[in-house]
Amino acid sequence: MQQASWQDAVYEALRRAGIRQLAYVPDAGHARLIARAHEDPEMRAIVLTTEEEGVALATGAWLGGARAVLLMQSSGVGNCINMLSLPQNAHVPFFTLITMRGEWGEFNPWQVPMGSATPRVLEAMGVHVLRAERAEEAAATVEAAAALAFDSTVSVAVLLSQRLIGPKVFVR
Amino acid sequence: MTSELDRRAVVAALLKEPGELLVVAGLGTATYDVGAVAERSLNFYLWGAMGGAAMVGLGLALAQPDRRVLVITGDGEMLMGLGALATIAAQRPQNLAIAVLDNASYGETGGQQSHTALGVDLAAVATGCGWTHVCRVREAAELDTLRRRLREEPLFAVIPVSRGEPSRHLPPRDGAFLSSRFRAALGVA
Repeated sequence: MQQASWQDAVYEALRRAGIRQLAYVPDAGHARLIARAHEDPEMRAIVLTTEEEGVALATGAWLGGARAVLLMQSSGVGNCINMLSLPQNAHVPFFTLITMRGEWGEFNPWQVPMGSATPRVLEAMGVHVLRAERAEEAAATVEAAAALAFDSTVSVAVLLSQRLIGPKVFVR
Repeated sequence: MTSELDRRAVVAALLKEPGELLVVAGLGTATYDVGAVAERSLNFYLWGAMGGAAMVGLGLALAQPDRRVLVITGDGEMLMGLGALATIAAQRPQNLAIAVLDNASYGETGGQQSHTALGVDLAAVATGCGWTHVCRVREAAELDTLRRRLREEPLFAVIPVSRGEPSRHLPPRDGAFLSSRFRAALGVA
């Protein structure tokens, strides 16, 4: 896989942060992390039917003394809006990595509205938003974001830019 | 339906001698029921986040595989998070059970009919999602057995209850207090 190196570094950052539950709605940009989680006997990989399940899961994990991360695409952020009140009200950390669509060379116009609104939607619900644009900064951003979430007990999202992930290529 | 059980009596029976049981209560009357019959540190009450109770239970059950987790919620709350039944079944946690108090209506908002009044069978949905331990309980005499099964099996139980509104008992609703108290009682704070 072409981008395996920075994504492996991100996975190692998740492990160093003590995360043991990795919930996801599948996305090509997260494919390497998802594969790593399924191979890792110390990580529980949890496929979701919809993204807000992961917000509730992460709250339950923290109640039980464990740390979770939610992997999703920007289109899934809208599904999470009301559920984001749960970690905020319960004063529980929430940590998510979001692959961006609708910004860099997007082919599919249906991805644009939610992609454009993603940072504002997250911030409106009290989520701290960090962004990684370059491969060499991705793991450090994830590491800092995880520390912010779990040490300061807040909700934190890292947006992995579409330029970093690479635009989805459709064969015409 | 005419032979339905009283929801508060059901919850009292299910939470008799709760011991170390970890309880998640879904928003609305389920939260009031659990708070009324057994207010304790190892209860986590949802006052919002509709549709999230079962998934809070899954995260907790995976984090604490040696403890039993029981989610008690209503039909409307479960209907909003039906996908969780698929997600949980795929994980097969052996220490998580769900009890749905099914009054076939949205009691908090005026008693409008829910989908279970209109033909949706939550037990069949769970079975279709891959839950292998599923039951419907209609008689008070079955509640002792149900209590035991909910503490031993990965069980999804549907319990038809009457629509009559029980006295409103409000457990603590400060989520930060509830989560801190829960984690301290569990020894993970």
